[in-house]
Amino acid sequence: MAQTAMQTSHGLEKIHLEEVVIRIAGNSQDGIQSVGDMLSRLSGRSKRGVITFQTFPSTISGGPSIFQLRVGGHRLKSVGDEADVLVAFYQHSYRDHIKALRKGGLLIYDADHVTPDPDEKRFHHVGVPMTSLTIEAIGGTAKDKGKNLFLMGLLAKLFDLESDKLEEQIKERFDAKGPKVLAPALNAYHAGYAYDISKIGELFQIEKDPIGRAHPQVCMDGNQALAYGAIAAGIRFGAGYPITPWSSVMEILRRELPKFGGTFLQAEDEIASIAMAVGAAYGGTLAMTGSSGPGLSLKSEIISYAVMAEVPILVVDVMRGGPSTGLPTNVEQSDLNLALYAGHGDTPRIVIAPFSVRDVFHSVVEAVQLMQEYNCPAIFLSDYSLATRVETWPEPNLKESFHIYKPDMSPKGPNFLPYKDTPSGISERIIPGVLMLDGNYPTISGLEHNEAGHPDGSSVMHMKMTAKRRRKLQTLREKLPPVSVYGPETGEVLLIGWGSTKGPIEESVDQLRKEGMDISSLHVKYLSPLQRGIDKVMDRFKHVFVVEMNDSGIYGYGQLASLLRAVYANAKIKGINKTDGLPFKVREIVSAVKSKVMQTVHPSV
Amino acid sequence: MSNELSVLGQIPEDILKATRKNLPSDHPTWCPGCGDFSVLNAYFKLNERRGMMKQNITTISGIGCSSRFPYFVNAHGAHFVHGRALSFATGLSISRPDLHVFVFIGDGDAFSIGGNHLTHTARKNVKMTCVIMDNHVYGLTKKQTSPTSPLGFKSKTDPWGAEDMPIHPIKQLVSAGATFVARTHAAMPEHLLQMMERAMDHNGFSVVEVLSECTEFNRGSFDTALARKGGQFRILEEKKNDGTPEDGKRHDVTDEISALRLANEPWPGCFGVFYQIQRPTKNENEAKHAENAMNKGVAASEIDRLQEMFNVMK
Ligand SMILES: Cc1ncc(C[n+]2csc(CCOP(=O)(O)OP(=O)(O)O)c2C)c(N)n1
Ligand code: SF4
Ligand SMILES: [Mg+2]
Repeated sequence: MAQTAMQTSHGLEKIHLEEVVIRIAGNSQDGIQSVGDMLSRLSGRSKRGVITFQTFPSTISGGPSIFQLRVGGHRLKSVGDEADVLVAFYQHSYRDHIKALRKGGLLIYDADHVTPDPDEKRFHHVGVPMTSLTIEAIGGTAKDKGKNLFLMGLLAKLFDLESDKLEEQIKERFDAKGPKVLAPALNAYHAGYAYDISKIGELFQIEKDPIGRAHPQVCMDGNQALAYGAIAAGIRFGAGYPITPWSSVMEILRRELPKFGGTFLQAEDEIASIAMAVGAAYGGTLAMTGSSGPGLSLKSEIISYAVMAEVPILVVDVMRGGPSTGLPTNVEQSDLNLALYAGHGDTPRIVIAPFSVRDVFHSVVEAVQLMQEYNCPAIFLSDYSLATRVETWPEPNLKESFHIYKPDMSPKGPNFLPYKDTPSGISERIIPGVLMLDGNYPTISGLEHNEAGHPDGSSVMHMKMTAKRRRKLQTLREKLPPVSVYGPETGEVLLIGWGSTKGPIEESVDQLRKEGMDISSLHVKYLSPLQRGIDKVMDRFKHVFVVEMNDSGIYGYGQLASLLRAVYANAKIKGINKTDGLPFKVREIVSAVKSKVMQTVHPSV
Repeated sequence: MSNELSVLGQIPEDILKATRKNLPSDHPTWCPGCGDFSVLNAYFKLNERRGMMKQNITTISGIGCSSRFPYFVNAHGAHFVHGRALSFATGLSISRPDLHVFVFIGDGDAFSIGGNHLTHTARKNVKMTCVIMDNHVYGLTKKQTSPTSPLGFKSKTDPWGAEDMPIHPIKQLVSAGATFVARTHAAMPEHLLQMMERAMDHNGFSVVEVLSECTEFNRGSFDTALARKGGQFRILEEKKNDGTPEDGKRHDVTDEISALRLANEPWPGCFGVFYQIQRPTKNENEAKHAENAMNKGVAASEIDRLQEMFNVMK
């Protein structure tokens, strides 16, 4: 089948390479992710920004899967709502994703598998027999494996990408697998690169700005940033149990921690994992565990223990859709309540949620520092979309971010009080091996205890120590920087968000401001304790909407909205929620804000 | 350690070194006659005999009467949560190879709520000693059926007598992969101390099951294993490899099947070391991974090692 191109009524379309959004749709076995990954890495190495989004089927045997990539000249915030280019490998890919293509966009489809709607005039259609050409290039033995590399060659040519650097990456990937794998891979790539794309050239003008010099960039997904951030933070022990989308964090740490003299154990379950981490933390090693929602539920008893015994420990939750097994390969922010409250008794703890891959790295370093300073558990709430998206970001300065933790082993006492009721609430813990000069040694304990660590369940002691454990978090609250507003400090509408929705929320603010709305946003990074000043900011706006990827709940408010309403008793706080398992699109927020503002102004509408 | 101490000047011996005098802390809250006292005494003696520095003794427990243990030992320790003491001790032992961690737990802790952890600590062969103070009942929560309660045992949760098949500690432990498994009786202090000492010497996961009578809720339960109560405390005979004909009949502690056969004898069975083998500990394996990783031409400083990892991601 030859290539087909249908001209729309418009003239020459433009695609800016500096802002292009490419969506590749196929099945999970097609290696779409590795193409996406290599393209992202290339853009990163070319000092362009890149941000990606991908979906995987939750079953191993495969199913539809996509990779979306946004390449940009400046710092990108979200993966982009609409694609400029859609690549469809199958009829179902075409059917399910054509609506993601912008009007006038370019559809490249595998002509061996896809027949586009002949009446569809909104897009430019270019068919390329990718399957048959790949088989031809490879020599007909490998079925259509390699189609992904053929496509990468085609895109390299189309966008005039640095082909030598892409070839380098193919070699990096396949060299270890031997020439039998590497040669066909390169053949498939070259075949794609050699394919005549002049037809596309007649339709589109690819605009490419000169690349400015920038800070060196690194390119990785959120789970990589989390694992390497943990290493930089000084974590040297971890334990976990596999679960999507957390597993790759533990897999990386299993491999990398030994290089730092540390270890990461696969435990028999999530309870054992956190117990091991608390044991290592007691022993004076910075320790972590992690999971996704189902596993965090299991860890809750020992989170309470760590609060009571004042043991610092990092607990990661890479959120997915719940409840229960829920949506294992989708995103949701429905574990906030769990992170804030998992555990019995009064259990103040630190909860931090990162908003980008870069922020994952820096925030995990911060979380670890805080937990050891305040001797309590820190819960780190990442999510599926951060875990799987690849982002380029300025390389961190390790001189600032890298920490080596050395526990205080100096002799203590006499009359040392490991749970001393200080004004800040912070006391100094003791680890095994430390000499107590008066010969009196502490036992760490889940029972209520006195300042020396001896069990004491009297009312007086319980009130005093409950207040001590709470006061630490109040001390931290005083030290956290006050919140800052994106956009003007006063106005009509304030959007509040947390976690990975920061990018789309800020892009929505930009767009709505362009349209004339008086709108700003506020990002809540520290969910426990909350930063100071949120109430003051809310006072300066007429409407407040908390944008969250979770349900609006029995009473009409999502999880952060409920918390803010409880803390600030402010009836202005309303919610914009969704539970489709996908990241917020800018247009979704924009239209929700418009209709909510309308509703509030004219409640009868 | 002694260098460090001399810097501090004169610290009296009796503060540094563990003795039967300076190890007791609070007076135990156990009921009079409770078997657990004897285990505690054996632990004091053991640490004294070994010349342990107090600062290096680390005693971990779960929740239960038996698990009150660390409070009664004036040394470092942790009273953890019900059933998970072994996992806590795993994290501690792997990250602190300089300590020999002791874990004291009850039969509910070990075989019910913590059953999975017991199995997995055993198969990982984490270096530590676990003493199970088995009283065939839930003591702290006042007489419910435990996983080792014999059939017919009347408790608050089995008013008509226990019907669930009791777990056999020794069979369970040997099958799980524990590399040292011994059984003793709290009323036989010499034997108890001997077993704890051999367990401490073992390089790997060593477990001692101690029949420790709950005088409050299960009085007389282990009398059949005591001569002075009209029973018999039979110590199993270990092979001596002395070439004599009678040695052929003695128990080979490295023989798993023979250990299981001995364990299968009817109540009260015999006492001693049922099983002991050597295989790499989790601690050794992890240390080896770290050593290999650090010998593989990685950068000298940790920060440079991480920098190298970032360089690959550019
Ligand atoms: C998660 C949890 N469940 C239940 C309990 C209540 N509990 C405390 S000790 C115990 C059983 C104790 O029996 P055992 O382990 O045999 O110890 P013993 O008191 O007999 O020495 C139970 C059920 C608890 N503390 N925590
Ligand atoms: S209840 Fe039983 S196990 Fe608990 S202290 Fe009393 S005698 Fe010992
Ligand atoms: Mg018991």
